[in-house]
Amino acid sequence: MKLWKTILAAAVLSLAAATSAFAARTDLTLGIVLEPPHLDPTAGAAAAIGEITYANVFEGLTRIDDSGQVQPGLAESWAVSDDGKVFTFKLHSGVKFHDGSAFSADDVKFSLDRARAKDSLNPQKPLFAHITDVTAVDPATVKVTLDGPQGNFLYDMGQVAAVIVGKGSADGNKDKPIGTGPFKLDHWAKGSEITLVKNPDYWGTPAALDKATFRIVPDAAAAVPALLSGDIQAFANMPAQDALSQVQSDPRFSVVIGSTEGETILSINNKKPPFDKLAVRQALASAIDRSAIIDAASNGLGKPIGSHFSPGDAGYVDLTGVYPHDIAKAKQYLKEAGLENGFSATIKLPPVPYARDGGQVIQSQLKEIGVNLQIIPVEWAEWLSQVFTNKDYDLTIVSHVEPNDIDIYSRPGYYFQYDNPKFNDVIKELGATVDKDKRLELLGAAQKILAHDVPAVYLFELPKIGVWDAKLQGMWTNWPIEADDLTKVKWTD
Amino acid sequence: MTAYLLKRLIIAALTLVLASMVVFAVMEILPGDPARLMLGLNASAEQVELLRDQMGLNAPLAVRYLHWAAGLLSLDFGRSYTYSVPVIDLVRERIVVSLPLALIALALSTVIAIPVGVFSASRQGRAGDTLAMGAAQLGVAVPNFWFALMLIYLFAVWLHLVPAGGFPGWSAGIWTALKSLLLPAVALALPQAAILGRVARSALIEVLNEDYIRTARAKGLPYRAVLWRHALRNAMIPVLTILGLQFAFLLAGTIIIENVFYLPGLGRLIFQAITQRDLIVVESIVMLLVAAVILINLVVDFSYAIVDPRLRAIPGKVRSGFPSGIAPKQILRAVQRFRETRNRSRGRQ
Repeated sequence: MKLWKTILAAAVLSLAAATSAFAARTDLTLGIVLEPPHLDPTAGAAAAIGEITYANVFEGLTRIDDSGQVQPGLAESWAVSDDGKVFTFKLHSGVKFHDGSAFSADDVKFSLDRARAKDSLNPQKPLFAHITDVTAVDPATVKVTLDGPQGNFLYDMGQVAAVIVGKGSADGNKDKPIGTGPFKLDHWAKGSEITLVKNPDYWGTPAALDKATFRIVPDAAAAVPALLSGDIQAFANMPAQDALSQVQSDPRFSVVIGSTEGETILSINNKKPPFDKLAVRQALASAIDRSAIIDAASNGLGKPIGSHFSPGDAGYVDLTGVYPHDIAKAKQYLKEAGLENGFSATIKLPPVPYARDGGQVIQSQLKEIGVNLQIIPVEWAEWLSQVFTNKDYDLTIVSHVEPNDIDIYSRPGYYFQYDNPKFNDVIKELGATVDKDKRLELLGAAQKILAHDVPAVYLFELPKIGVWDAKLQGMWTNWPIEADDLTKVKWTD
Repeated sequence: MTAYLLKRLIIAALTLVLASMVVFAVMEILPGDPARLMLGLNASAEQVELLRDQMGLNAPLAVRYLHWAAGLLSLDFGRSYTYSVPVIDLVRERIVVSLPLALIALALSTVIAIPVGVFSASRQGRAGDTLAMGAAQLGVAVPNFWFALMLIYLFAVWLHLVPAGGFPGWSAGIWTALKSLLLPAVALALPQAAILGRVARSALIEVLNEDYIRTARAKGLPYRAVLWRHALRNAMIPVLTILGLQFAFLLAGTIIIENVFYLPGLGRLIFQAITQRDLIVVESIVMLLVAAVILINLVVDFSYAIVDPRLRAIPGKVRSGFPSGIAPKQILRAVQRFRETRNRSRGRQ
């Protein structure tokens, strides 16, 4: 009898062990290239902050999904006044922050007021510039008043820097992020990895993963062996493009090429002679062969663009044919500008492969029309101070990754030094337009002005190269915003 | 001896002060604004100015230098601009990776290099020597990141013996942590061992040609005893010099290896801090390293005395005038001292 008991117990135990062995995995290790400086998306512009925390740790009133659409977030619904100035958000009830404190309309008021305050250090402060008042009507209702109708307001409230933070915990979010999301921070081993664990008290659909670790892999060459050895199971955006073939042929991995909001452009200092002449800019646009640049700078994966607009977004107009690659035509433009003998200029290249590789191709392509470029490699810090802040440059290559940022050409003092009243009018009208069709029409008009006026030469849309274990589901294909939303990620087996 | 020690300490202190000025000045000249880096492209100039105020970047240069230097004196290294935590905490987190890694690599390279050097020197010009020195040549020539990747593919991807990179922390268990340091240590140690082995060989060959070696052999000592007891001991001075330099290098000069194995070490912290213009972190860590190099040099100097009793007898004469902490000079000095030692032993004949 005793023996039978033992055998039975052993059988039950081994059965339990066997079932748990067959149960799907619930942990995931992702590789990221850059470590975030801190984890507060309302206090820093580093993309890695949002990549880790957006939708996982922090949530906004609305949220942006994989296809770039606005979905309800902490606000379950909203109503807009007839004049388009007042948004009334109905908030989810029973929502708690990770420190146990209850979420309410007061936190929304606090977060928005903090972001738009005079001493705000929010990296996307312009998003909140049109808010004139935030009122907590009752714990589950918030009324936001704007100075005029804002076509993009709901989208903007879903952006990374617009997440809602807790009144009592906001100051500590850099090191101990306290959000309302389905994951909370477990620990951050600086320089090494950031681990999130499932939030058991999440108000919405709980995450399938129990644990997600973001491991920092700064070296592109190390990314492939990290995947092959199984140490890392996913790269939302793989750094090693050259080594992609190594995983592409391996059935254990899925390689998913998606789109981003990163318009990669040859920026021009529009106030600096000879670039202040339209004909010179037209010459540059005609001399450049996009496909050769895309091959060199993004392994042929980027989509060509002819204006400052993502091909994946609604309202995109294909303008890549406005200035086709034509050396003779380019020389003719130069002659028109009185520069038939060409000229010399500099190009400052930040330390990213697309800029450094693309810059060399552009240098050789412009040589064909007698434009001699001197390449000046710069660090990001130098780029920001010399090019972006002091506008001390002729040409540069950079990817503008902010979503819906065509308005940057109308910003006074922006580093392009482009000032076109016609374009500014279109952007102004666009900002105040709520009607969808009218918005798309205006976006098209704005794209066309840029394509013809060449304040920058538009090269390609930066691809998102997702590589992950073939058994993993629910990773984002595209990056309408830079976020590794893990809320729907799960292992299949 | 006390006077000498005092003199060395004063020189070391002066070197530290001078280094702190140079480090601070260099970081100031570097273009780039940490506040703009933090806030990105969409922040206004007013916001950047506000953050600069908060970071204390708008104070005059001299004030900031004195504030920082005074902090260093009381072992307060300041707060990181980007991480907004005390610099000393960052260093503490990283040193537990970098120090063991450097020590393991140093031990490995010594354990490999000395026997190889002895082996080669005692078979000078013969097949074994040629083979060993050929391998050493290869070890010096092969870039260590490539070597590291080969190790990763072999031991992590193919054999699954160790992780491909990363550091789980000492809390994960000593063996687990050590396992993740093993490949990086080997990748670091082999090129160092190649250099050290060659130095050991040539030093030993020079010593073996000395008259006193012949004397020792003539009085009937077996070759092995002469080799290990008399010759090797005298050949240790250049070896120790190189070893001291290598340790300083291993502590922070391992950015490439730390990148390939994504280890959270000091080298990567400095690299990251430079790109993010986290000036205070760079300045403070560089100062710590300067202090470490000076300390290592002192230790190396004292170990000369241990391996060579003659240096103990006449310290004032041999150890004069060379400032410490300047790496290339140290090699020259070791070579010079090596020659002095040799000449003296000749003179006594």
